[in-house]
Amino acid sequence: MSVAAMPKDVSRPDSGNNKTLVEINGLRRVFDLSKPWLNRLIEGGGKVTLTAVDGVDFAIREGETYALVGESGSGKSTIAKMTVGLLRPSAGSVTIGGTDVWGSKDAEGMRAMRRQIQMIFQDPFASLNPRWRVRAIIEEPIKAFDLISDAKDRGERVGELLSLVGLDPRDGQKFPHEFSGGQRQRIAIARALASNPRFIVCDEPTSALDVSVQAQVLNLLRDLQERLGLTYLFISHNLAVVRHVATRVGVLYLGRLVEEAPARELFASPQHPYTKMLLEAVPDIEMGGSERQSIAGEIPNPVNPPPGCHFHPRCPQAMDHCSRDIPPVYHVGAANVRCHLFGDAKRSAR
Amino acid sequence: MTTPTLSVRNLRVEIPTRRGVLTAIDDLSFDIAPGEVLGMVGESGAGKSITGSAIIGLLEPPGRVAGGEIRLAGERIDNVSPDQMRRIRGRRIGMIFQDPLTSLNPLYRIGDQLVETILTHERLSQKAARTKAVKLLEEVGIPAAEARFSAYPHQFSGGMRQRVVIALALCADPELVIADEPTTALDVSVQAQIIALLKRLCADRGASVMLITHDMGVIAETADRVCVLYAGRLAEIGPVRAVVKHPQHPYTQGLMAAIPSLVGDPDATLAQIPGSMPRLGAIPAGCAFNPRCNFAFEACSAARPEVYDAGTSDASCFLHASEVAPSAPAETLRAADQAGIVLPVSAKETIA
Ligand SMILES: Nc1ncnc2c1ncn2[C@@H]1O[C@H](COP(=O)(O)OP(=O)(O)OP(=O)(O)O)[C@@H](O)[C@H]1O
Ligand SMILES: Nc1ncnc2c1ncn2[C@@H]1O[C@H](COP(=O)(O)OP(=O)(O)OP(=O)(O)O)[C@@H](O)[C@H]1O
Ligand code: SF4
Ligand SMILES: [Mg+2]
Ligand SMILES: [Mg+2]
Repeated sequence: MSVAAMPKDVSRPDSGNNKTLVEINGLRRVFDLSKPWLNRLIEGGGKVTLTAVDGVDFAIREGETYALVGESGSGKSTIAKMTVGLLRPSAGSVTIGGTDVWGSKDAEGMRAMRRQIQMIFQDPFASLNPRWRVRAIIEEPIKAFDLISDAKDRGERVGELLSLVGLDPRDGQKFPHEFSGGQRQRIAIARALASNPRFIVCDEPTSALDVSVQAQVLNLLRDLQERLGLTYLFISHNLAVVRHVATRVGVLYLGRLVEEAPARELFASPQHPYTKMLLEAVPDIEMGGSERQSIAGEIPNPVNPPPGCHFHPRCPQAMDHCSRDIPPVYHVGAANVRCHLFGDAKRSAR
Repeated sequence: MTTPTLSVRNLRVEIPTRRGVLTAIDDLSFDIAPGEVLGMVGESGAGKSITGSAIIGLLEPPGRVAGGEIRLAGERIDNVSPDQMRRIRGRRIGMIFQDPLTSLNPLYRIGDQLVETILTHERLSQKAARTKAVKLLEEVGIPAAEARFSAYPHQFSGGMRQRVVIALALCADPELVIADEPTTALDVSVQAQIIALLKRLCADRGASVMLITHDMGVIAETADRVCVLYAGRLAEIGPVRAVVKHPQHPYTQGLMAAIPSLVGDPDATLAQIPGSMPRLGAIPAGCAFNPRCNFAFEACSAARPEVYDAGTSDASCFLHASEVAPSAPAETLRAADQAGIVLPVSAKETIA
């Protein structure tokens, strides 16, 4: 099964003339869930595969925040891992600053590129080594990339980084357990910044935090972006959070990008029925009391996704061919939408 | 006045540890009226789940109720025997937890679990119990209930399992349902369905609900009144609209402003509260919120505020205490006034 490529939008209205930093093309990842072949031979049962990411294309410009939203299992973390080089794609490519993350043979270029990419994870408790002092944790990327050889200078740099994320340089002497969740996430951010990266992938960086602390971390990420000119791939299932950080948004459903648009457009006029449904489903304090449209159904089993448009069984506007043909990508205003409603079929069906 | 379905008075929950006794809930009082949905909100560690566990007599040892009273429809339930409490649970108080798998036995068929629960609460024939169980499953929106009666929990999706748990919680027509983060583990698109279902079924049966969640959006859409907890203490309690639109405790104000919303200016910097919720062993003296509070003044670190009438709601903050508020610096009072805190007349006079 192959899927038409999501065309690159060249004339983004609101991100200026910045250069493209990250390019994701035809990205795909299939997991093999079958039992080992010997067990299959004895117990029967065929090959079982799960397509977690199914032909995803997008591009991120320098200095912008590209947000990927989607519900659990839509493939967000799988895309993140393939982007930073932690998980090999089954097909497709990731290019960062002109270097192919998975295909480049240029060892020197690869090393330079790796230094430019960092990742921040959801769980600030699990992602920091509990036996290391904060100083050692933050120093680690500096040492790994041989950035500063003098120990004293390195110590100073750690102090600088701690101040940058709003902690005290003396906090370097402490251990992670001496900090609250929000402070640990600041430590993780300081570590991510240690190698002077240009591009940071943030996978649900505030999902484990309280809202009052989430605001601190979101504001910090935004402030650092302005000061250091960082580019983010920001992953979240929380649309309200995404609205506050993103320049551009991609909406994932069962491994496919169903809609992609500048943040303002996406929230002001969502096009894809799934995007509309997601926005409708968010309980919002401002809209308290208003009765919302209840949404039917749940996310189908990803091992056996519905044919055609994966969303068709839950879609209030599904047409006959939605269950048969994979919709191509249509340009609708500033958005790229993968939905048959925007094709000729719709017009002729009317 | 009608007797509240649930009445909690001066509840105190302690957890003895090697390093001393921790006070997890400190002097907490609230009521839930018949048919009312009370939202319990607060950030992680505020004491929401412990309050729920204390009410149903399922505090994890060594935690214990060390003071106060809990009444269900007027009768004390905090001092009854474990046997009596077991009968109250399930029959008079239904429970729904975050993870449906804590309520469902993975080894038993869904239908059998329902039938068994119905039979422990009601004298019915096996056949009548089965009919009731199928009807309940239909009511909670399980398609083809009859056919899926013999399915195991793992054959259901997360949302479907939570529907079954709701059916289990409601099968004895309880007076009170305690739901602890019932949708937190579910996808956004399923959350709304489950909340709507829970609300409708409880309303149909006239059951009161204590809805525990950290999601203010869920509360705003579901609850009649809301109780905001901070460090095991009540910060503010009142009608949901009032608390959301005109919060009277500085913590509630901070919390509301920190929540990213789908309306308003997306580029505005989110309001942030400095610091984080204190750990149990390190709750500051005086008002627990004082080190994080923009309006804190001398009294706030010296004594602990009671719960005062704050106009549209009740709040535990000295800015609402008519004898204490006037002692705050004039610029603090002015700033609080600006922020929408309805000061007592005595304090208004000092800044007039
Ligand atoms: N190592 C693996 N082996 C098998 N299946 C996997 C593996 N990693 C991910 N998957 C599956 O791939 C799909 C996408 O997973 P992924 O973790 O990318 O989702 P996600 O969007 O990050 O979800 P969440 O919001 O829950 O973090 C899921 O169905 C998941 O079960
Ligand atoms: N057995 C225990 N020993 C020590 N402290 C405990 C114990 N059980 C709970 N606590 C503490 O009691 C406080 C209240 O816990 P509780 O589980 O009620 O919080 P909560 O409001 O439900 O938070 P969450 O949103 O994270 O579920 C927390 O600080 C918690 O760490
Ligand atoms: S392609 Fe069809 S089923 Fe899919 S979202 Fe569009 S209308 Fe709905
Ligand atoms: Mg993930
Ligand atoms: Mg809890």
